[in-house]
Amino acid sequence: MLDVNDKSKLNLDFSLVEKARISARSVALETQNIIDKYSTDSIERTICRLLGIDGVNEFDVPLPNIIVDSLKINGDLSLGAAVHIGNAMLQTNSTPQEIAEKISKEELDLKELPIGDSAEIKEKINIILQETIDRISTNKKRRLSYLELYGDKKGPLIYVIVATGNIYEDIIQAQAAARQGVDIIAVIRSTGQSLLDYVPYGATTEGFGGTYATQENFKLMRSALDDVGEELERYIRLTNYCSGLCMPEIAAMGAFERVDVMLNDALYGILFRDINMKRTIIDQYFSRVINGFAGVIINTGEDNYLTTDDAFEAAHTVLASQFINEQFALLAGLKEEQMGLGHAFEMDPSIRDGFLFELAQAQMAREIFPRAPLKYMPPTKFKTGNIFKGHIQDALFNMITILTNQRIHLLGMLTEAIHTPFMSDRALSIENALYIFNNMQSLGNEISFKSGGIIEKRANLVLNKAHQLLMEIKKEGLFKTIEKGIFAGIKRELNGGKGLEGVFEKDIDYFNPFINVMNLNKDGGD
Amino acid sequence: MNKKDFDKTLNLTNIKPYGDTMNDGKVQVSFTLPVESGEKAITAARILARKMGLSDPSVVFHSKLDESFTYFVVYGELIHSIDYTTIEIESISIESMDIKEINDEIKKNFGRKLIILGATTGTDAHTVGIDAIMNMKGFAGHYGLESYEMLEVYNLGSQVSNEEYIKRAIELKADVLLVSQTVTQKNIHVQNLTNLVELLEAEGIRDKVILICGGPRISNLLAKELGYDAGFGPGNHSNNVATFFVQELIRRKGID
Repeated sequence: MLDVNDKSKLNLDFSLVEKARISARSVALETQNIIDKYSTDSIERTICRLLGIDGVNEFDVPLPNIIVDSLKINGDLSLGAAVHIGNAMLQTNSTPQEIAEKISKEELDLKELPIGDSAEIKEKINIILQETIDRISTNKKRRLSYLELYGDKKGPLIYVIVATGNIYEDIIQAQAAARQGVDIIAVIRSTGQSLLDYVPYGATTEGFGGTYATQENFKLMRSALDDVGEELERYIRLTNYCSGLCMPEIAAMGAFERVDVMLNDALYGILFRDINMKRTIIDQYFSRVINGFAGVIINTGEDNYLTTDDAFEAAHTVLASQFINEQFALLAGLKEEQMGLGHAFEMDPSIRDGFLFELAQAQMAREIFPRAPLKYMPPTKFKTGNIFKGHIQDALFNMITILTNQRIHLLGMLTEAIHTPFMSDRALSIENALYIFNNMQSLGNEISFKSGGIIEKRANLVLNKAHQLLMEIKKEGLFKTIEKGIFAGIKRELNGGKGLEGVFEKDIDYFNPFINVMNLNKDGGD
Repeated sequence: MNKKDFDKTLNLTNIKPYGDTMNDGKVQVSFTLPVESGEKAITAARILARKMGLSDPSVVFHSKLDESFTYFVVYGELIHSIDYTTIEIESISIESMDIKEINDEIKKNFGRKLIILGATTGTDAHTVGIDAIMNMKGFAGHYGLESYEMLEVYNLGSQVSNEEYIKRAIELKADVLLVSQTVTQKNIHVQNLTNLVELLEAEGIRDKVILICGGPRISNLLAKELGYDAGFGPGNHSNNVATFFVQELIRRKGID
């Protein structure tokens, strides 16, 4: 990370940075007022999972879905699932899992149970709460002890994607990649998973354009990476994706299985998957609280602004989004060291001085978010079947990473435009990155930028535009901003998109046992 | 390397790859073999290269990818040649008009805006392609269909079911349907694209629209096989697509 005492190379106007932060904070706080009043189906299902409920019925419907659906039918969800399960524990002297199984077999009807004393219900819940907290804390400690044992690599972490659809195949690819020098493995999810209103169960061997994110798949991969990590004496981090209709559920599964990095963007689902904005904003809060508590690094999706729009023109939307993501993350209890804010190298390669503009953007992000493990993503939009040029495009991208000390380096592929990488494609790309990271390791520290030059001007221009955008968003409020299409030119209706029916107002006696415990625990973090 | 004695004149009935001399047949290939790195692996690569038709192959580079995988870069002279003059191609060979010409053609022949509907359908979430064709900004300086004066354009985004797509097409009275597919794993794109054609036929509207598909693995040949009027793969811009559908609409109208 950048030493906070390092001078700005870009002569950035830090008073403007502070103003931008203040605008972003105000946007987040205003939105948080709305978030605090609501819960969602996926949050309640997450609470079921955190209380130890798992498994599916004979039709592969997850038990948390069965419970939440049955509570919805009875019109009882506004108190939250925890109250009902806690009450059932009190009345039937069973564990949450036993209760869930009985409900699934229709041997138990929650609405038939008398309501017990609320203090006694909370007591029952607290026992499970503590077990869950311990389980997740143990995972955090395990991760930290691996990192102490092997040391955590300084400099950029090389991140690659595997995605065959078959978790067992993915494991082979992942271990091979680790042996070739990769530090982080991400398993891309099956296309369409973000729109499922349930999380599939068990190890999976079929998927389209990816592998389903399931708790068992997380467990299998984490274990395989521990094995190869022990062989290589390095800790290999695992990444998966919270995005979609089940953000907090996937975050919980990640916490249970020691996933290390999770995609978690406050706006992505709304803008790019047309998920209802209320649903996403409410879900992202609890999911980030869980991520924060589990010591997970979140990655945000700013690369999307650059692939759907012109990267040169849209650079300021990336910075504005990073500020907003930062503020929502802080509210959820994440430390700066857990915020893998995203950006990407996606400008048209034919732009004169384009490299300078990319460099300016990357250096600016580094200076504005000095402690963040920034995630830098490679060129994709302008990759073609010319793999030789593609390899060079990636080399330029690699140079910027080492020059500006980016932390999470999503490896570029020469064959990006053609197919999912061959083993040899990956090896060539890793070789590219390792060569440049080593050969240019100290160059960033050696150089300063010309005062009043192109790079300095570009960074300050982008900062200015981002600040203007944030003031506009602050004025309108986040939801109105999205309705008007001010952000990235994408319009979404307040009550449009998928998942709105899963949003409900909390009753005055609503209870989420985990949220305050996990958020107040500021020990979260790697 | 020995410079063999061979005819260095170009003969289109007998063409070969070109390195730096006509008919030298020089080719570079690279591949991975699932064997441990070493002398035996290199020999295996050379034997395989000969089987590929490379005479006197030279393994210029090899490296271990993993315990039982080795990567090779091989150069050699291809023994095969082909008769270029007998080749027939099946692609859309029309000169594309530019935006102004397209707008003028529409004004002249239809006197109203054409209605264009586009989406990435099924479970596919990739929109870079359809956005590049449809969005105002288009791609790399080629403006999208939204910027054409005589087109009314609706981009439904991604993960649109075929049923929803057809519903909107009917509602909007679309003239042209654009379908984008990027994911091809397990041929899901073929299933999804075929399903759309079937549904359109069931609705009795297949022949009332121009149906076009596109994507990184879509070719015109594949598209026609699946029952589409045309297919556009990589390298196409909005004006290629628009030229096709305008000319096709004119042809159907019988004006041309």
